[in-house]
Amino acid sequence: MQHLSWTGTLGAYLNPLFLTALVCFLALAVAAIARGFSPHADGPHLINPTPPSVSLMGSSLVIGLALWLLSLSGVILLAPLALGNIWLSLILCLILGAAAGFALFQISEEMIFKLVWLAFYVTLLLFGLYLVIGLFVKPETMGIVGAISQRLIPTWIALAVTFALSILFKRKLGLYGKLFDSPIGMIGLGLVLFWIFTAIFGAGFDWIATHDPLAQVSGMKNKHPGIPLRGATEADYPYYLLGGDTLARDVFSRAIFGSGIVIVIAPAATIFAFMVGITLGLPAGYFGGRLDTVLSFLSNLVLAFPVILLFFLLVTPEIVQTGLPNYLAVILFVFPVVFIAVAQYSKNRLKPGFLTLQFPILLIIGIWLYLSLVSETGKPVDVLPPMLDLFDVPAEILLVFVSVVFVNSPTAFRIVRGLTLDVKTRDYVAAAQTRGEGPWYIMLWEILPNVRGPLIVDFCLRIGYATILLGTLGFFGLGLESESPDWGTTINAGRKLLSVYLAPPLVPAFSLMSLVLGLNLLADGLREESLRD
Amino acid sequence: MGMFILRRTGVMLLTALCLTFIVFILTTLYPNLEKLAKNQGNFRMSDAEVASYLGNRGYTQGKLQNYGEWLGILPGYVIEGVDGKTRGRCSNHGEVEPDAPKFCGVLQGNWGFSSVFKEPVSDVVKTRLTLTGKLMFWVMIVMIPGALIIGVFAGMREGSRLDRSLSTGAIVTTATPEYVSGVIFIAIFTSSAVGLKWFKGSATSAMDNATLENFLLPVLTIALYGMGYIARMTRASMTEVMTAQYIRTARLKGVSFANIVLKHALRNALIAPFTVIMLQIPWLLNGVVIVETLFNFKGFGWVLVQAASNNDIDLLLAVAVVGVIVVLLTQLISDIGYVFLNPRIRIS
Repeated sequence: MQHLSWTGTLGAYLNPLFLTALVCFLALAVAAIARGFSPHADGPHLINPTPPSVSLMGSSLVIGLALWLLSLSGVILLAPLALGNIWLSLILCLILGAAAGFALFQISEEMIFKLVWLAFYVTLLLFGLYLVIGLFVKPETMGIVGAISQRLIPTWIALAVTFALSILFKRKLGLYGKLFDSPIGMIGLGLVLFWIFTAIFGAGFDWIATHDPLAQVSGMKNKHPGIPLRGATEADYPYYLLGGDTLARDVFSRAIFGSGIVIVIAPAATIFAFMVGITLGLPAGYFGGRLDTVLSFLSNLVLAFPVILLFFLLVTPEIVQTGLPNYLAVILFVFPVVFIAVAQYSKNRLKPGFLTLQFPILLIIGIWLYLSLVSETGKPVDVLPPMLDLFDVPAEILLVFVSVVFVNSPTAFRIVRGLTLDVKTRDYVAAAQTRGEGPWYIMLWEILPNVRGPLIVDFCLRIGYATILLGTLGFFGLGLESESPDWGTTINAGRKLLSVYLAPPLVPAFSLMSLVLGLNLLADGLREESLRD
Repeated sequence: MGMFILRRTGVMLLTALCLTFIVFILTTLYPNLEKLAKNQGNFRMSDAEVASYLGNRGYTQGKLQNYGEWLGILPGYVIEGVDGKTRGRCSNHGEVEPDAPKFCGVLQGNWGFSSVFKEPVSDVVKTRLTLTGKLMFWVMIVMIPGALIIGVFAGMREGSRLDRSLSTGAIVTTATPEYVSGVIFIAIFTSSAVGLKWFKGSATSAMDNATLENFLLPVLTIALYGMGYIARMTRASMTEVMTAQYIRTARLKGVSFANIVLKHALRNALIAPFTVIMLQIPWLLNGVVIVETLFNFKGFGWVLVQAASNNDIDLLLAVAVVGVIVVLLTQLISDIGYVFLNPRIRIS
């Protein structure tokens, strides 16, 4: 069978169009940014602006150099500009750049930005075309890009439905709906949702991955993307879409399954860290005094640790043997139960029947879940009989989880404490105090809801940071097993042969980057939209 | 001010003591000691042999006693072992020498002996810190001006297209951890698969002779991750300053935009980034560990990984002490610097 190319047979027609659009977009964007430096952008209230000739020359130079670099790096349409001699080509490019710069300064600034957006949309449209055509044709026709797009059909459908519904009802959806007014927030949300859906459908239902992420197929070791599967039967997917790694496993499927690990652990660890941070940070900020001093000292203590040293100390096999991570889990996981119990108690304690019926039930369920999570048969913490133990978290997952929670909690504590200090002097807190509400009611039902904006924003950023920490753990081979498909471990495994085989480390690297980028953009969009009102 | 520094120093010392104690406890947990005994003695020791080996060398006296000895506030042990030899801490855990001092801890300048590198810990730390210092110096040279320029350009006209593009760029760099950007750089600029081969994928040769070819990528990798954050902070500070009344006055007076930015706004806008840069230094330590591992640059971060993965107790403690000092010292400097730079705080 033929080696699958990146864009298949249709690529021969689409690629030139796509590259042209891309180059136009890049050149225009460079020009637009160059003009952004010009004093005209500042509006009329400047009395003695720098002469436009400076920025004209600047942007001409930038465009010329960009053209030159692009032509040298072998972009097909600009190949004629290379001319065989780089100095001749430099002169030609500079002349062209000057012409382009001059032309760009003749038209108005609004026009340039319209052109940039036009070029951008055309580029995007063409890229979308690869994906859309890929959905309907055989892998050979649209190549690897098309085939991957085809595998991701469940994700595309879910994304389309979510976005369509959200945009339709965005005025009724509060802050989430407002996100759809900001392009940055929308891109961020899109990236995050892409990985969430891919994790659900890929790692959860196994609809997306083409092969078993752990299966090693002989003859598929260190292969480049698009390699046909050796000895494929009817039931097998005929290609390793993104090649094989050093242990002859499918890079694409591993990246898909890796997303499952990250998407579950990172947000969950962040939630737990926030529970710890909220449960300790609220009283520290609200009461102040000695409690605050002690807790702040403890959090600074953890923060003063170099993170990687902490990981090495917590995650080495010898320490795991002593059960330290399990004891840490016992401490850290109690906070969500405490948080929910205190929140419910302080709000509903005067309701008839609550203390005798609902509260005990809630407490029992909470404690049961907590004990099931913490207790493991044969491990240092083994308190529940196996019959009552609802679920067992695999030891290495628990280890990684606990480390990430532990590292993130002090920061969450500091944020909550700072926000509480800021808010506790407000009038509505004083009103609640006058009303005779208890301190925990005030903290959890007056202060906390009012600081949710910055907390949500920070929560998004923290998930991204937790993702990075998970990757760091994997990168140093700590915690998860060496064959685990999570992104950090895969990057670590692939970097040894990086100079020859790019796909095994780059695929998880870009996946991780896009997820964290999505979370950061989402946080940025949320911040912008929540500041607006 | 003097009181403030004194109090901060006190807290600093307390933190350092607590942290080293925690590290001490973690590294001398029994399974770790067992591994140490088997590494130093032989791998087929029975449990009883391990116990007597450790007992002979004073490891079983109790954690506080051991920690005190390491610190140098308690006299080093002198134990007559079950094998009849008398060993002392101050005689390098060997047979007691007559002229050995009574105390031999950190306070006396004795940092112990590294079991991985087979040389005194102080020498290891000194040589490796110098190498990392070189790396950090170049990181600072690249990162700080880059971040400040991006931040000032983005912040001088809030909401402009320049601001938007630079801010998005800053977000992209903060979303790219070192192990991702490093791998991408190596793939693009050093691999034979792409074929550019402009730089080297290993910085080992940069330890003696740093050139653009072998040192640019590690420096860039660390600088890039920190740059975005500092740039965003600079931008925030710059936008705040640019809306201040005195800037409007300057504009109305007819001062040119370039002069407003350079002479009026910049000085005030750079106060906040100073503290951010200081607080960012401990985070760079993380990047240093990753980058030194990735590019095989055998500096301080690489030593941390070696010490931690081999449970080299003395070396790990020294590494922890250095790490803690870096964190706390940068905090102190940022606090003091903030007070000095900001006249409003100084007066009140």
